[in-house]
Amino acid sequence: MLCQSCQEEEATMHLTKIINNQKKEIYLCKKCAQEKGELAFSAPSFSFNNLLAGLLNNEFTSKSTGSSLGLGYQEQKECENCGLNYKEFSNSGRLGCNECYLEFGNWTERLLKKIHGSNRHNGKVPQRTGGLIKVKKEIQDLRKQMQAAVEKEKFEEAAKLRDKIKELEAELE
Amino acid sequence: MSLTSKINNTLNKWMRGAGPDSDVVISSRIRLARNIMGIPFPKSADSEDSKHVVEKVKDVLSDGDNEYGLKLLELETIPALEREVMVEKHLISPEHAQAGENKAVSLTDDESISIMINEEDHIRIQTLLSGLQLNEAWEINNKVDDYLESQLNFAFDERYGYLTACPTNAGTGMRASVMLHLPALNLTKRINDVLGAISQLGLAVRGLYGEGSEALGNLYQVSNQVTLGATEEEIIDNLQGVINQIIEQERSAREALLKENELKLEDRIYRAYGILSYARQISTKEAMKLISDVRLGIDLEIIENVSANILNQLVILISPAALQKLAEKELTSTQRDQKRAELIRSRISEN
Ligand SMILES: [Zn+2]
Ligand SMILES: [Zn+2]
Repeated sequence: MLCQSCQEEEATMHLTKIINNQKKEIYLCKKCAQEKGELAFSAPSFSFNNLLAGLLNNEFTSKSTGSSLGLGYQEQKECENCGLNYKEFSNSGRLGCNECYLEFGNWTERLLKKIHGSNRHNGKVPQRTGGLIKVKKEIQDLRKQMQAAVEKEKFEEAAKLRDKIKELEAELE
Repeated sequence: MSLTSKINNTLNKWMRGAGPDSDVVISSRIRLARNIMGIPFPKSADSEDSKHVVEKVKDVLSDGDNEYGLKLLELETIPALEREVMVEKHLISPEHAQAGENKAVSLTDDESISIMINEEDHIRIQTLLSGLQLNEAWEINNKVDDYLESQLNFAFDERYGYLTACPTNAGTGMRASVMLHLPALNLTKRINDVLGAISQLGLAVRGLYGEGSEALGNLYQVSNQVTLGATEEEIIDNLQGVINQIIEQERSAREALLKENELKLEDRIYRAYGILSYARQISTKEAMKLISDVRLGIDLEIIENVSANILNQLVILISPAALQKLAEKELTSTQRDQKRAELIRSRISEN
């Protein structure tokens, strides 16, 4: 992650400030932190790496009640597509490939939320993917309708819906 | 080639034009980060993967549908000095100018659109326009993105949006930024209040050329930090709203200066004009400061015989690499100071 002040250096300092009762997260490089005098009164400040490590630990105390087995397994986790492991990810704050986002799912979810205040995309959707998403959603809807038809023993209608689903599924391939 | 035509070759569209609100806003820029599905991001990719990316983009651009006239250049084939000039013109990042294997750039003739290939992400599309034209820049960039996407399978996730090497860019992958000239806010010592308020709003501010908090030539860049959760239009609206406020603040600070201290202000501006018109050697730092004063004088109609975008142009032309490119040779620092003064004198008297 880049320093929020100069946008040039890697942010190594993570500061939490309370402004008007609101918690504010600040990421700065060492130089900017010194310039802004943030270092003086922000002790104990900790590094971006520690922040990620902190996120990781939270993940495990909440999810697997600190089971050391789980932690060991997760720490060794490696992206099958590009080989990036969790340690490298947490050291650099950068991912190796698009698969990493899914491989390190829990952490990316939390990290994105921390950075952006949200982890759900609302913007542009690529035409291609957009088409696919639309079809997928349509299939989901039809499946529900078919289920409902079966429950009401309207088998003729259900058969029609089933054919439609098959058509759409073929489109997906 | 004459000096004038060489200079015109060095300048691009945004430096020559004067867009909306150009008394305060120098330029607007939209940048989109995109990656190709399945191929590791540049830092993790091996040389074969990276080559593949360059070739894929090359294929798309060489297609008949390339209405933009975007041409792809491998960075290694561009001389180092030219690459430096590209950085000074904000077409590529300093990191990208380091060149290296399988790095490329694609530009339109007017340089309003540039694509970096294999920088931090596989593809970074940028549109740079003069004045306050964020929506226009987004419209253009969006279309270029559509065009590339029609033939490339971009890494995208329904939840996280466009997937980028650094999670700080994920989602829209969009960075919108505006370059501002804020001399009066600086003179009236209100700049830090204004900039402080901006950073509270989730926007990033930095001095464009100076080190640390010092902004050379009173040039500042304001950009969005959040790229995920909001739509592209919302991000732009938010930035635009803040920029409009800053423009108002700068304009009223200029009015206040004129009202309260006209003589002092005029003196400052004419002194700057005098030095720039007659200096025989000048450093970048001094030149940037004086150019800013003269530009303020032009915008306040105190100086009327110099054209307004002289600041845009000179800021680029007096940068070290651009100067050496014009001179067609390497220059020592003393030689640069001399050439810089020469160039400024001739540009100012030309108008
Ligand atoms: Zn910094
Ligand atoms: Zn990966």
